[in-house]
Amino acid sequence: MNAILAVAIKEFQDGLRNRWLISITLIFAVLSLGLSYYGSVASGQLGTASLSSTIASLSSLAVFLIPLIALLLAYDSFVGEQEAGTLLLLLTYPISHTQLLLGKFVGQGAIMALATSLGFGSAAVLLASQSDPSAVLQSFGLFIATAILLGLCFISIAYVISLSVSEKSKAAGLALMLWFFFVLVFDLALLAVLVGIEEGLSQQQLVQLMMLNPADLFRLVNLASLDTKDVNGVLAVAINRSMSAGGLFSLLLAWVFAPLSLAALIFNRKTL
Amino acid sequence: MQASSPSRPIVSLSGVAKHYGKVAALQQVDFELFPGEVMGLFGHNGAGKTTIMKLVLGIIPPSDGQVKVFGQDPLSKQAFEARKQVGYLPENVSFYDQLTGREVLRYFARLKSVPKQAIEQLLEQVGLTHAMDRQVKTYSKGMRQRLGLAQAFLGSPKLLLLDEPTVGLDPIATQEFYASVDKLKSEGASIILCSHVLPGVEQHIDRALIISGGRLLAKGSLSELRLQAKLPVAIKTQGLNGALKQDARFTPYLIAPDQLLVPEQEKLAIIRQLVELDQLGDIRVEPADLERVYQHYLGQGTAASSPNASHQGGPTQ
Repeated sequence: MNAILAVAIKEFQDGLRNRWLISITLIFAVLSLGLSYYGSVASGQLGTASLSSTIASLSSLAVFLIPLIALLLAYDSFVGEQEAGTLLLLLTYPISHTQLLLGKFVGQGAIMALATSLGFGSAAVLLASQSDPSAVLQSFGLFIATAILLGLCFISIAYVISLSVSEKSKAAGLALMLWFFFVLVFDLALLAVLVGIEEGLSQQQLVQLMMLNPADLFRLVNLASLDTKDVNGVLAVAINRSMSAGGLFSLLLAWVFAPLSLAALIFNRKTL
Repeated sequence: MQASSPSRPIVSLSGVAKHYGKVAALQQVDFELFPGEVMGLFGHNGAGKTTIMKLVLGIIPPSDGQVKVFGQDPLSKQAFEARKQVGYLPENVSFYDQLTGREVLRYFARLKSVPKQAIEQLLEQVGLTHAMDRQVKTYSKGMRQRLGLAQAFLGSPKLLLLDEPTVGLDPIATQEFYASVDKLKSEGASIILCSHVLPGVEQHIDRALIISGGRLLAKGSLSELRLQAKLPVAIKTQGLNGALKQDARFTPYLIAPDQLLVPEQEKLAIIRQLVELDQLGDIRVEPADLERVYQHYLGQGTAASSPNASHQGGPTQ
């Protein structure tokens, strides 16, 4: 059997066995169902929430949760096996470093993708039954696709962490710090620069800087297609100047494969 | 010494050195392993045993010299398929705890393209059939070791590297393990057994390699090593009632009232003289065992800590 597939199957089964799939699916389902129902109450509207406000709130929450979940899922993938000694053993098998990395990526990525589709898909089905299905399908389609990419991106980042350190606890700490940086510090710093320094940053430069953060990219893609009245903060400024959805989408895709390539590079140079 | 052997070596190391930064883990290591041969690799912790294993397994490249396994560089792309012919039991491995024994083996079998049917047979061979559907975290140390062995035996390997294989095994399991080793050997597999000295390993190995501080101290068959080491033979007698003490022929060798330590070349003469004594009830001759050979070479290695261990190097260079 193909080595990549063998590893992928094992990782996927691990995801099922550890209840990762079911937990992530449940979290996303509860989150998105709750927001579709009660999201309107928070924004002071009555009746069913508008599709764009639902997507906007979902994006703001997902951007915190998905990176955290992806990092948690994958941070010990390599350092854990290194500590257990199975990594050394695996490398004596007829499987290359890159194959092992890709196998893990496919298996854990499938867990993440399936959980995202099922979890957020449940809210899409609910909304579609109450309003225009084609509009729902379009917005949620883009949202789910980008959410999957965001998850895959942070799985790749987790592999970089997992391959760079030699202790599981260090990997966990590093993962937490990176999460904090990408979802909070980065935006706060941008905002500080924007507000604090007059004429310090043009709108275009701001948007370009946001490309350096996959979490911001994810929000940009999703919010660009919505009414700006549902969007606040740095993003509102950026959206007017943003690139096409397709361009942002491919940038997000690049954010999946760049860390993955870096992980492959580190892995191939790693001595055990 | 093996130059006349008709077959090509399975493993050959020539002039191999390995440095980690400035630390020299191995220096000037040469040896060859032929089909159907079992080689014992002995040394203290940190002597370089695991480094040799990693070099042969193609996990790390040598800093200097040449490693060939099945006639190829084990790190090269061509050697990739040959890895299916290699079995490895790492020293400290804790398998995926949440999986059952059967699932662990299934995973490794897939990676090695070994058919599923082999799994149950292997589990039976190592005596884990009763526990194969239990999670590995419930296994005892010995059971984990057996699972590791089953893993190493996957796909009837032509080359087996076993790092401390009998640690944690009870005497019966150890016996069964050596039976498996002998069986694989008779099927033509070459085996490298890595260990601190193991009691009972002697009759199962053809050759020994003793290393210390990254240097080869000695290599050869046990009898060759014994001969080179010139270790005395212990002779134990019974029924002499202290007669040995009065006899000037024996006193130089006497280490206990009824025990002599005799150089190899004097052995026969002394035994003849002993047999002539009427009171002699029983006599036992014990050649130096692996443990003493090992201690001897290690002592030599540390006593003569000169950089070149020329007298032990063997004729291969």
